[in-house]
Amino acid sequence: MGNLSYDVAHLLGTSVLVLSFALLFQRRILGVLNIFALQAAVLAAAAAWQGFTQDAPHLYITAAIALAFKAIIIPLALRHIAFRFQIHRTVETVLGIGLTMIAGVCLVGLAIVLVLPLTRQSMLMTRDDLALALSIVLIGLLMMITRRNALTQVVGFMSLENGLILAAVGVVGMPLVVEMSVAFSVMVAFIIFGIFFFHIRDRFDTLDLQSLETFRGERQ
Amino acid sequence: MSGDLNPVYAVLGAPLVSAALLALAPGRHQILAARLNALASLVTLAAGASLFFVRPAATRLIFIDDFNIYLVVLTAFVGFTTSLFSAGYIRHELETGRLDPAKLRFYHAMYQAFLFTMLLALVANNLGVMWVAVEGATLTTALMISLYRTRESIEAAWKYFILCGVGIALALFGTILMYLSAQSVMGSGLEAMAWASIIHQASRFDPAILNLAFVFLLVGYGTKVGLAPLHAWLPDAHAEGPTPISAVLSGLLLNVALYAVLRFKMLLAANAAALAPGPMMVTMGLSSLLLAAFMLYRRRDIKRLFAYSSIEHMGIITFAFGMGGPLANFAGLLHMTMHSLVKSGIFFAVGHIAQVKGTQRIAEIRGLTASHPALGWGFLIAVVAIAGLPPLGIFVSEFLVVTSTMARVPWLALPLVVGLLVAFGALILRLQGVAFGTPSPQPYKPVGANLTPLWAHLGLVLVAGLHLPGPLVQWFQTVARLLG
Repeated sequence: MGNLSYDVAHLLGTSVLVLSFALLFQRRILGVLNIFALQAAVLAAAAAWQGFTQDAPHLYITAAIALAFKAIIIPLALRHIAFRFQIHRTVETVLGIGLTMIAGVCLVGLAIVLVLPLTRQSMLMTRDDLALALSIVLIGLLMMITRRNALTQVVGFMSLENGLILAAVGVVGMPLVVEMSVAFSVMVAFIIFGIFFFHIRDRFDTLDLQSLETFRGERQ
Repeated sequence: MSGDLNPVYAVLGAPLVSAALLALAPGRHQILAARLNALASLVTLAAGASLFFVRPAATRLIFIDDFNIYLVVLTAFVGFTTSLFSAGYIRHELETGRLDPAKLRFYHAMYQAFLFTMLLALVANNLGVMWVAVEGATLTTALMISLYRTRESIEAAWKYFILCGVGIALALFGTILMYLSAQSVMGSGLEAMAWASIIHQASRFDPAILNLAFVFLLVGYGTKVGLAPLHAWLPDAHAEGPTPISAVLSGLLLNVALYAVLRFKMLLAANAAALAPGPMMVTMGLSSLLLAAFMLYRRRDIKRLFAYSSIEHMGIITFAFGMGGPLANFAGLLHMTMHSLVKSGIFFAVGHIAQVKGTQRIAEIRGLTASHPALGWGFLIAVVAIAGLPPLGIFVSEFLVVTSTMARVPWLALPLVVGLLVAFGALILRLQGVAFGTPSPQPYKPVGANLTPLWAHLGLVLVAGLHLPGPLVQWFQTVARLLG
């Protein structure tokens, strides 16, 4: 049982990482949103599996939040916005897709090197989980940096957050995981629906951040 | 635990309940709401001050020790004076139609919610609760920065959200690692996340994981402190939001983020095998100081100028704590207090100046001491204070930082002094025209609000500069020893 539970957790964690890479090479916004929804669903499965093996019922709540909010509601809302702004076609990238993928692989290497010094016996299991989670976090950062469109930046932020939730559910007996995932979800929801889409829609007709970046406050 | 009411619950409850009340109250009477806002802040301050007399026992989620009690009181005090300033400020914004009652209702509720999250972050006896509170503070301030709904304020809020969102995400990763290191020694559960218990066990933690955690926490919370090179959000957020928010951002939020970093630094200091956090903090502090000092010369917007000055001062404070030792820690604590008081005072003055002059551009604000003597001289004294001239409090703390550096690592004092002098020159150069010069041609408009909060802050800073009261000195010394 011990091995099986570890293998399944590993499989699910790795799937989340693979989907992070898939996010990097999507060229269409709708593709990005679909992959993100799938990633959130796999994350929910990973959280539920951890809840089962650790016998920690509160992780089912985390799983439910991930499934309902991030795999269904947010992607649907973003999809609605994408159609409304007519930006569902292409993803604007700063770097080429190939270069971004290479950078992503380098980041995974970096994550492994960073957690390598953790050699204490009791942590060997968690070490792999941490390397996976850190890779997902770093690839999320990379996605935020290399995408121009606000919508894909939000997706990058949320996939980064998926990595964090994965790390949190993987650590045995971590308290407050539910509170943290709720706090993140509230933040994302407020930002998306509060500040951003309502107000930017009022003011501008685009979600391309380049059109916002004319202002620097100093060179007037 | 006895049946007595824990005063910490009053400190946290007052802003939380008033946030809910202000959100639900009808939106028409915003002048009244501003008074309620001030009243609620006063109650919070009174509850905070009562902590000096009744020190509650630590619970599983909340604790008070010598370190955070002083920040709780400072936060409640600046929160209260800012709410007084805010009342005058928003009356003007209502009259000129820049803000409507619906937005102000939201603003008042968010102001109290923001105070709540800050106080919660300070009194939390739990790494996770503290993180949730700092995250909540990010959320409330992001919403308040975009209050004016101008293109610039939305961009500022967006930048703030992206940078600080990533910052607190990294801090969460650090928090998870920190729990992991505690859990392998202390077992699972809330205990392994409680400050009061992990500080005693920290010497047994695995140093490798402690180091990794601290790097993430320093970068994560350091983003919120505004340390270079992660400071990009700070000038925009200060310049585009309502001025009371600039005052609490500079005066309080940066302190709370630094408090989080210092708590983790204490854990590392307790573990002999872990890496020394000092050099990292010294480097980040010095680079913030130097970068901000040179950036000050090019500023044209008065709020942006003082935002860069906040980066500079947070750099000095981080530098002082990075040096460590009783004297430098003492200087850091004193500087934190003085900077909070002076910088929020400056933003009070700047808020009134921008309202009477109708602009934030430095070039268009001229000769304030002639056109508005009280405001002009108050502003001038505050600028003298922030520039670090005697006899005001910042002079004392900067002097202590420099001398303690001189005594321990003399060559580090050189870039420090250069940074201080460059910043001093920039402030004098940019602002002498604002204070003196020939008055600008705008039609005269009287200051619509009283300047009591500004004078109160300046008075405290002057007293601290002339003579620090004995009990305060003793107490800072205790905390300085605590910080290691």
